[in-house]
Amino acid sequence: MEQVKRRLSCIVCPMSCQGEVTLENGSVTGITGFTCPRGEKYAREEVVAPKRTLTTTVRISGAQLPLLPVISKTALPKDKVVDCARFLSNIRVQAPVKEGDVVCADILGLGVDIVAARDLL
Amino acid sequence: MMNDYDVVIIGGGPAGMAAALSARKTGAEKVLIIERDRELGGILQQCIHNGFGLHRFKEELTGPGYAGRYIKMVQADPSIDVLLDTMVLDVEQDKIIYAVNPKQGMLTIQAKAVIFTMGCRERTRGAIRIAGGRAAGVFTAGAAQRMVNMEGFLPGKKIVILGSGDIGLIMARRLTLEGAKVQAVLELMPYSNGLTRNVVQCLEDFDIPLHLSHTIVKVHGKERVTGVTCAKVDENRAVIPGSEFDIECDCLLLSVGLIPENELSRTIDLAMDSLTSGPIVDQFRQTSLPGFFAAGNVVHVHDLVDFVSQEGEIAGNAAAKYALGQLPKAQRVVDIEATGGVRTVVPQHLSITPESPESVRLFMRVGKPEQRITLVIESAGKMLYTRKLAVAKPGEMIVVELPADKVCECTNKITVSLVK
Repeated sequence: MEQVKRRLSCIVCPMSCQGEVTLENGSVTGITGFTCPRGEKYAREEVVAPKRTLTTTVRISGAQLPLLPVISKTALPKDKVVDCARFLSNIRVQAPVKEGDVVCADILGLGVDIVAARDLL
Repeated sequence: MMNDYDVVIIGGGPAGMAAALSARKTGAEKVLIIERDRELGGILQQCIHNGFGLHRFKEELTGPGYAGRYIKMVQADPSIDVLLDTMVLDVEQDKIIYAVNPKQGMLTIQAKAVIFTMGCRERTRGAIRIAGGRAAGVFTAGAAQRMVNMEGFLPGKKIVILGSGDIGLIMARRLTLEGAKVQAVLELMPYSNGLTRNVVQCLEDFDIPLHLSHTIVKVHGKERVTGVTCAKVDENRAVIPGSEFDIECDCLLLSVGLIPENELSRTIDLAMDSLTSGPIVDQFRQTSLPGFFAAGNVVHVHDLVDFVSQEGEIAGNAAAKYALGQLPKAQRVVDIEATGGVRTVVPQHLSITPESPESVRLFMRVGKPEQRITLVIESAGKMLYTRKLAVAKPGEMIVVELPADKVCECTNKITVSLVK
């Protein structure tokens, strides 16, 4: 039996509770230090399958600016965020682009589209 | 008569756009926005991260996404003129505005009401006096943000960031994603002024160390920055001798505070609040000079763009009424004073008018972090409002709605304070 304890700061509200999650063989067996159910839910997800929204830029040709801001349509697995940013650094799109246009579909096979965050003509 | 307007708005960021739309809604027929950048939107256009607009649009937008929604609304109204690439040089007390742009040259514009929405700018190295030479590679975090997110340059490859406000934290993540190595973030205070969410998602996610109660005492390098000497500070923010250590870097970013941009306000001698660094305003966001209004970060630095838009709407509405001769004169003025732990409050006074009063929103900031305290608003010994706060932080503005009946009751000075 492998037991791991992880300390986390909660990001749900400004209280910023400091808590601890105990993991045994990859499943949560104890949560302490969080003062509300929302905090415990956050801590559980954050330990088991943390996710993040990615915002970055891609190159654009023929626009007033050289860069187009983009965003992942839904959150990505946290450990894939850097890989996705690296992948997008090699993408170039052509103006005009409308907010919401798909810039990269199903990035790295993760099932998430990357879309334009603004119009750029 | 081409250059005559009911309401002229100086600054086309979120406050200015909201003010223009609101002025039109109230009945102003000719409205002008003057913007010095090549497009509307202000600083939002370089804030490509998400988290904007949860209050206003009930969704999490990026900065450009939030700006885009307002730009479309402004463009859809043919009675709102927009001058881009245009710099206001001077404003006179009789509401004549002198501006210049590359296409039309000098412009003279006459307004019936003027709204200042110039936003704020960053404190620079000069403001915090760090020793060292003039090596290249020292930038403010916001300047670096514009380079990285809009212009396509990386300001450095090994970065140290001084200041842990939200811009500093967000740039730490942004530069990491763009392939730079962020060596450390240093914070003078014993706590971060940024949101916990940003400390977690911008620093902890990428194992970037945050050194609290630390500062930079020297910048090294001749042509280019080669490193910084850091040191720990005591509770009086004085450097502790012997605690110095060096960090290698080719770029130093400063995220050390924002200052409302009030050069124009000073040229017409508006009364200023020395703590917010913005003009003193009443609940209509009218300044000390009748017909001049102000909203957004030029009044006080906000945390949330949603509140900036809201303040723009208040000013736009009142400025339109002023231009149409419909803004009632104040019967009396009631000052609002921040004391006992509350550092700033906006508006700084209320203009009590004969019209049926409306509720007033007070925006406050505390001086230092507090837990389990009570916010008390009183006037002449009478309690107007109390609220228990589990936590209060300087980085998070407190917003209170003072009901209309309480507003018209006030005759004496109102005080806002924190009580243990």
